[in-house]
Amino acid sequence: MTPSRASTRLLPAAAITLALVLSACGARTDSGETDGGSSAAAESCVDTSGDSVKIGFLNSLSGTMAISEQTVHDSLQLAAEEINADGGVLGKELVIVSEDGASEPTTFAEKAEKLITSDCVAAVFGGWTSASRKAMLPVFESQDSLLFYPVQYEGLESSPNIFYTGATTNQQIVPGLDYLKEQGVESIFLVGSDYVFPRTANKIINAYAEANDIEVLGEEYAPLGHTDFSTIVNKVNSADADAVFNTLNGDSNVAFFKEYKNVGLGPDEMPVVSVSIAEEEVGGIGVENVEGQLTAWNYYQTIDSPENATFVEAFKAKYGEDRVTSDPMEAAYTSLYLWKGMVEKAESFDVADVQEAAGGVSFDAPEGSVTVNGDNHHIAKTALIGKIGADGLIHTEWSSGEPIEPDPYLEGYDWAEGLS
Amino acid sequence: MTTIQTTVGGLYRSSRARAVTGFGVAAILLFAVAPATMTMFRLGLLAKFLCLAMVAVGIGLAWGRGGMLTLGQGVFFGLGAYIMAMHLKLADAGPGGVPDFMMLYGSGEVPWWWEPMRSPVLTIVLVVAVPTGLAILLGLAVFTRRVRGAYFAILSQALAAAFAILLIGQQATTGGTNGLNGFRSFFGYDLSDPLNKRMLFFIAAGALLVMVAVVRQLMHSRFGELLVAVRDQENRVRFLGYDPAKVKVVAYAVAAAMAAIGGALFVPIVGIISPADVGVVPSIGFLIGVAIGGRATLLGPVLGSIAVSWAQTSLSESFPSGWIYFQGALFILVVAFLPGGLASLVGKWRRRRTTQDPPDGAPHPSVPATSGSAA
Repeated sequence: MTPSRASTRLLPAAAITLALVLSACGARTDSGETDGGSSAAAESCVDTSGDSVKIGFLNSLSGTMAISEQTVHDSLQLAAEEINADGGVLGKELVIVSEDGASEPTTFAEKAEKLITSDCVAAVFGGWTSASRKAMLPVFESQDSLLFYPVQYEGLESSPNIFYTGATTNQQIVPGLDYLKEQGVESIFLVGSDYVFPRTANKIINAYAEANDIEVLGEEYAPLGHTDFSTIVNKVNSADADAVFNTLNGDSNVAFFKEYKNVGLGPDEMPVVSVSIAEEEVGGIGVENVEGQLTAWNYYQTIDSPENATFVEAFKAKYGEDRVTSDPMEAAYTSLYLWKGMVEKAESFDVADVQEAAGGVSFDAPEGSVTVNGDNHHIAKTALIGKIGADGLIHTEWSSGEPIEPDPYLEGYDWAEGLS
Repeated sequence: MTTIQTTVGGLYRSSRARAVTGFGVAAILLFAVAPATMTMFRLGLLAKFLCLAMVAVGIGLAWGRGGMLTLGQGVFFGLGAYIMAMHLKLADAGPGGVPDFMMLYGSGEVPWWWEPMRSPVLTIVLVVAVPTGLAILLGLAVFTRRVRGAYFAILSQALAAAFAILLIGQQATTGGTNGLNGFRSFFGYDLSDPLNKRMLFFIAAGALLVMVAVVRQLMHSRFGELLVAVRDQENRVRFLGYDPAKVKVVAYAVAAAMAAIGGALFVPIVGIISPADVGVVPSIGFLIGVAIGGRATLLGPVLGSIAVSWAQTSLSESFPSGWIYFQGALFILVVAFLPGGLASLVGKWRRRRTTQDPPDGAPHPSVPATSGSAA
């Protein structure tokens, strides 16, 4: 037995020494040459010499977010097809590389890096949750590439490498509150899913309410995917506020609105303003549960304009008559055209050239005219408050009339001081 | 007597030779072949898989050898990862600085329990000490009360769920669902530099090799025999005068430490840690590779875990939404028809060869030392 004992002790010791020596070698080489390497990381491998150029679509095609992100993926595909049919960008055909973000932030970061460094795409379009965007941000900054993010979000962010084509808070939540105030609402109740967007949104709502003499009667959070709302709805009911501001996401809305109707509440008793329910979600919740309730967005399928008519018609022709178009889908569709506009203005696919040309690029989008803000990389959009109709579509009740300049840090609002 | 002793000695010698060759081959593959043949991006992916494999090595010990079905390794992985991530955030913010997300979502002040992570040395100590300490406390509380089997599995899973919910709720101090990300440097090394990424890969590879060596040592020690005995017949071990709880606590703590180190290295390599990486689903995900590879063997968990992660990435690149069904089907097939994992195929094949075609000379012992525990 003696030799075997010695061997079992010798082996790990040898392995440890080997590992340590080798990893120490790695470290030593690095410390000497740090400067040489960092420029190589940011060097772009985008190939624009041929008659095509690659772009990446990064949406969750599996996991809990797939149901929402698939729709964005569809409208991106539509935009790419239209652009290709129209001669491409700078005469080059768009070649699409699709990757699945799998509803996990780490996967988004991994696939973003793959699209940039292995597929050498000129720009990436996609992302939905705040977590996915936050996970991708360092990748796009360190690799110096471009991301077009199509969903309304909680603001307080801007990056030279990201273009935000959804609304920031002053284009969605603040107009929503302005509308409620106009309607004479004096007290509100806040209901949201427990994650970054609702928590940040409610922080902003609280600051607004305090400055405008609106009383916040309660603030309740439910875990994502939570479906038992009897407690929360009871609290809402007994608080008897003038309106409810709803930042719930996904499935939770189904349970919330069913329960809301069960206890006898409706748009006449206590209207609910939702910021995450679009045409796509209304069907899932059931029109009978949400008819007459309010939403705050920048686009509805019912917008009456030639651009929107073309968009809706093309989308239905490609994906079926029963499909609807929603705000994030429209923002994604618009983002591809905005990128095209930037590239054509810059006459180059190079990231630095596109960034420089971005400011002032505008597009007659289905939602109306939108213009890129060159400083914060958000876009000026018109805010719309809509009412859910019996047809399952959302109809504009109130409009800001003209595009609102994006202000992600709410610097132009006195009451928002100290938020960022 | 002499014949038996020589065969036993021969077995040990051949197993030792195999182990040394195995380590040599693994070291050459990881330290020479991989960096030479793979792009930076693929190497980074492999580094991530190695971190996940570290968790698998620990699970192999606790579950495969110790019979503790740990459905909550995400807790230890997450603790190690979050402690490391806190340090990286604080280091990026500079001395006395406040991490960016706290300015946005929090009070703009660093909470007291973040402060120890300002020190690099203390961070390295805490990365291992906190999860291991928690595992020891938990193990003592659970195993001395003779909680085991499904009850232990449910308990560990509930812990993972609670941990993720806790992290999400404390947005101001943990980053909530966003988690912690956007790290620029790792102990003074620039993280965007490819050379430093390679260094991280080497550290991960080295750490994994050391862990495999440690587990091999444990498996071949008296402790390893005792652990298997506790798994198979806990009461008999107790009647023999041992305390099974202590044996299990040690294995559980070692597994926790390995998960924590895997988590701590995961952070600079992947660049993000969020509740989605530590909850119930990833905790079960850790098990899949272990089960497919062969939980009771030394290399089964490591190779199974790396293979599953690798397949997940490459298949999801070609079939974005179909991969999950494939993973599920593979898991069901292995559990139903090959409870010992793919590694047991090797054992079966080897045994068949020895029984069908016995080599000339000395009669072989019918069962090699390790195969009894492969079931």
